[in-house]
Amino acid sequence: MISRMPADAPQPVFVARGLTKVYRMGEVAVHALRGIDLTLYRGELVVLLGPSGSGKSTLLNILGGLDTPSGGEVRYLDQALTGASEAELTRFRREHVGFVFQFYNLIPSLTARENVAAVTEIARAPMRPEDALTLVGLGNRLDHFPAQLSGGEQQRVAIARAVAKNPAVLLCDEPTGALDSHTGVVVLEVLEKVNRELGTLTVLITHNAGIADMADRVIRMSDGRIAEVHFNAQKRAAHELSW
Amino acid sequence: MRALDRKLFRDLWHLRGQVLAIAAVIMGGVATMVMSLSTYDSLVGTRDRFYAEYRFADVFAVLKRAPEPLAERLAAIPGVERMETRVRAGVKLEVAGFSDPITGQLLSLPDVGEARLNRLHIKRGRLVQPWSADEVVLSDTFADAHGFQPGDTLAAIIHGKRKRLVVVGVAVSPEYVYQIAPGSMFPDFKRYGVLWMGRSALAAAYDMDGAFNHASLTLARGANLQDVIDRVDAILAPYGGTGAYGRRHQFSNRFLTEELKQLRTMATVFPAIFLGVAAFLLNIVLSRLIALQREQIAILKAFGYGYAVIGWHYVKLVLIMASIGVAAGVALGAWFGQGLAHVYRETTFRFPYLDYELNVGVIAIAFAVGALAAVSGTLLAVVRAVRLPPAEGMRAEMPEVYHTTLVERLGLARWVAAPSRMILRHIERRPLKSLLTTLGIACACGLMMVGNYQRGAIDFMVDVQFRQAAREDLALSFIEPTSGRALHELAALPGVDHVEGFRDVPAILRFGQYHHRGSVFGIQPEGELHRSLDRSLRPVAVPPGGVVLTDHLAEKILHVKPGDLLTVEVLEGSRPVRQVPVLGITRQFLGVSAYMQHDSLNALMREGATVSGAYLAVEPGTEPELYARLHDRPRVLGMVANKAAIQSFYATIGEFILFYNFVATLLAGAIGFGVVYNAARISLSERGRELASLRVLGFTHGEIAYILLGELALLTLAAIPIGFIVGVALVGILVVAFQSELYRLPLILTPENYAMGASVVIVSALLSGLLLWLRLGRLDLVAVLKTRE
Repeated sequence: MISRMPADAPQPVFVARGLTKVYRMGEVAVHALRGIDLTLYRGELVVLLGPSGSGKSTLLNILGGLDTPSGGEVRYLDQALTGASEAELTRFRREHVGFVFQFYNLIPSLTARENVAAVTEIARAPMRPEDALTLVGLGNRLDHFPAQLSGGEQQRVAIARAVAKNPAVLLCDEPTGALDSHTGVVVLEVLEKVNRELGTLTVLITHNAGIADMADRVIRMSDGRIAEVHFNAQKRAAHELSW
Repeated sequence: MRALDRKLFRDLWHLRGQVLAIAAVIMGGVATMVMSLSTYDSLVGTRDRFYAEYRFADVFAVLKRAPEPLAERLAAIPGVERMETRVRAGVKLEVAGFSDPITGQLLSLPDVGEARLNRLHIKRGRLVQPWSADEVVLSDTFADAHGFQPGDTLAAIIHGKRKRLVVVGVAVSPEYVYQIAPGSMFPDFKRYGVLWMGRSALAAAYDMDGAFNHASLTLARGANLQDVIDRVDAILAPYGGTGAYGRRHQFSNRFLTEELKQLRTMATVFPAIFLGVAAFLLNIVLSRLIALQREQIAILKAFGYGYAVIGWHYVKLVLIMASIGVAAGVALGAWFGQGLAHVYRETTFRFPYLDYELNVGVIAIAFAVGALAAVSGTLLAVVRAVRLPPAEGMRAEMPEVYHTTLVERLGLARWVAAPSRMILRHIERRPLKSLLTTLGIACACGLMMVGNYQRGAIDFMVDVQFRQAAREDLALSFIEPTSGRALHELAALPGVDHVEGFRDVPAILRFGQYHHRGSVFGIQPEGELHRSLDRSLRPVAVPPGGVVLTDHLAEKILHVKPGDLLTVEVLEGSRPVRQVPVLGITRQFLGVSAYMQHDSLNALMREGATVSGAYLAVEPGTEPELYARLHDRPRVLGMVANKAAIQSFYATIGEFILFYNFVATLLAGAIGFGVVYNAARISLSERGRELASLRVLGFTHGEIAYILLGELALLTLAAIPIGFIVGVALVGILVVAFQSELYRLPLILTPENYAMGASVVIVSALLSGLLLWLRLGRLDLVAVLKTRE
């Protein structure tokens, strides 16, 4: 199906149709997603904007195989993620998804290189950990433990760890949320570079509207629905951003 | 309820698994203490009541024969309250359908009215009727062992004459709480019995009309025991008195006292070990648990709660955990204690009743120790957490500083994959914590070894005693010292392979201020059957001209060493007093003895070749016929068959050991599981986020389990050899604490002991691992993206 497409046509990576998600919080049903239709393409840099509780994290978790929808369906390439088993989802995450967390979540007992290696050792066609760290500008801090790195550096190690397996998609949940604006920009530059050089579909959650200017596409969510989709005709470079 | 208290109960509920595990640890320690102390208190209380209610005498005197009017002179001794004379006869018994030799002790009861002293508690039937000629009351052990009921009959060989006896009652006596045949090591209820019959009937059969050969008396308040004994001795000396003695040397009471002393030691040493280990474990577990509450403590402080309030909050938390454990421990301990006291009563001490006592003091001590252990473990961690400025407490903890491990610096890193590296570095990062966890697990292993140690030790003692030292098949004693020619007659009996005579002279051994009342044994220097063993348990010949003492007797009782001169006050015949050099020390686990060469002892007694009895090696299969022939020989009084003695020993203590092992295994198992599970569970709390991150990154359930459980496995495996060392050390403490005249435990640990110790740890680890595996499956992957520690 993919091969029949014209070479220059955008290649869909995720196709979601009618996604809903209902949480049971005690006796209250929380409708986190109320019907999402969305297609994400290869090489795109997408920013998901929205206030707390708008459903953006839920959407990201479902795309990353961390959560399953209550209704609707979501496909990754030609694989249905809806109805996949726990083992299949683990394999999906292992092979195709790179995660970047707000609080880095590095393994404190492993050095920068080993944190990356922890993932490349179980990946199918990974980069060398050294290359991944060079890509994020940490080629000179390979053997430092997390405790010896600044917050921004820790987040860049996390990004290197996420991209080292050559994932099809990079999912970042508030990657600059715990950083000051200067360091945050450095991290965004790295994400931008990864997106540009590796062509990895990058989905970035933030409630910081300033970051939206670097995206190809900005999806604004509100109350479990997509409220607005906006294509940036003129992307701004990450180093031009500030907040 | 205040919000903080509500938090307390929610936290308890949230931590319920760990709360139960911690409570299990405390329960193990407390239950051991309560069980031992309450059993001890109960037995002591019961003994005192029994002695008082049934008028157990204070002084006992054995003599050959004195006319009854002499009794008035005994009763007139100043300080004597009550006095009673009796006729006592050693007899052989015949029970239909039982061919083994049975020895018995026949005691007289007054012809009319109840005994003045050493009264009987009738369990079934009745006392003998006045002036009855053939009625007897049996000791309950003997009656129960053979199933005698009132109305049954048996026969006794009294003074060489066979007499038919009718059982009318079954009783227990304060004089025979601990029933053991003279010369025997262990109680044997089937082959030794105590019987009571009317005075005139027994006197007629035993040729004691108008005479007595045993006197017992009680002291008036304030009377001096030694004065009374001296006066009794002076009066009875011309009548063959062998020296009056107090309760301290009364056979049953002496054993009872020794046993109670052992139990008292057990009640102190075992709980000290168990509770000490439990407190140590609790300390480790709780300090880690509280350290995990760092953030919550910071939040409480931010709200404006003071140090004291927060500190008290956590103290309450652990006190509740400790209280659950103590309460369960007291309940379990009381239950076990009743069981143990019951087992004691069934197997060892024949009390007519048992007053089970659980002193408030014991419960108070249990609570105090449990609370102290819990609170001390908590305070340090709470203080550390409370001292932190709130902002810092709430901020994400800085990644901890890790280093490459020694293994990696040695260049072995490429052999170690990232998950294994995480394990190694995590252990090395917190060497103290890892060490304490390992030590905790090791303690559980050690406790298990202590709990199971006795069985192997007893097997070893029995082996040394019966296969190295006392190798005779049959030991028999004559009614009185006899010419050595009697041995030839014994050797000629069919089935007798080998005969060795022995001389047994009752005596008081004195050295300086120390003395011991027992006997001197004359044995063959190159004996095949009965031998003395050196310190490394090799048989050695007793040298001529002096005495060789059991190590415990020489070192702990008499304080003599080879070369010293020992005073031997003989309690037989003309009662000579002699000086004898100590020539050597022998090793013996059961009882204490003084050995001389047979000839040397005869020389000491200024007598010819005289024997008190003989050791026989018997051809297998010929026993029944031989027993029958020996039974018919009037001069042969008692026979002890070794095989039967060992069997009865195991039958007697088997139940006790089984019960004890069961309890010890259960408690050590509870402690072991409590420690391992808590260590694992806290590890999960500490690293849950890290593991969840890895799950998100695509690690499988199995892969992250490897990281967590691998560490547990490594610490557990490291703990096993350390646990063996702990076990040996604890057993060493036990061996030293349990030394007594009755027995000394050998420091012997069998492969089974080690296997049990290791298996409690391994099973606990596997079980904890399984629980953890299930928990890892429920790890919240989404939460980890949002939250920080």
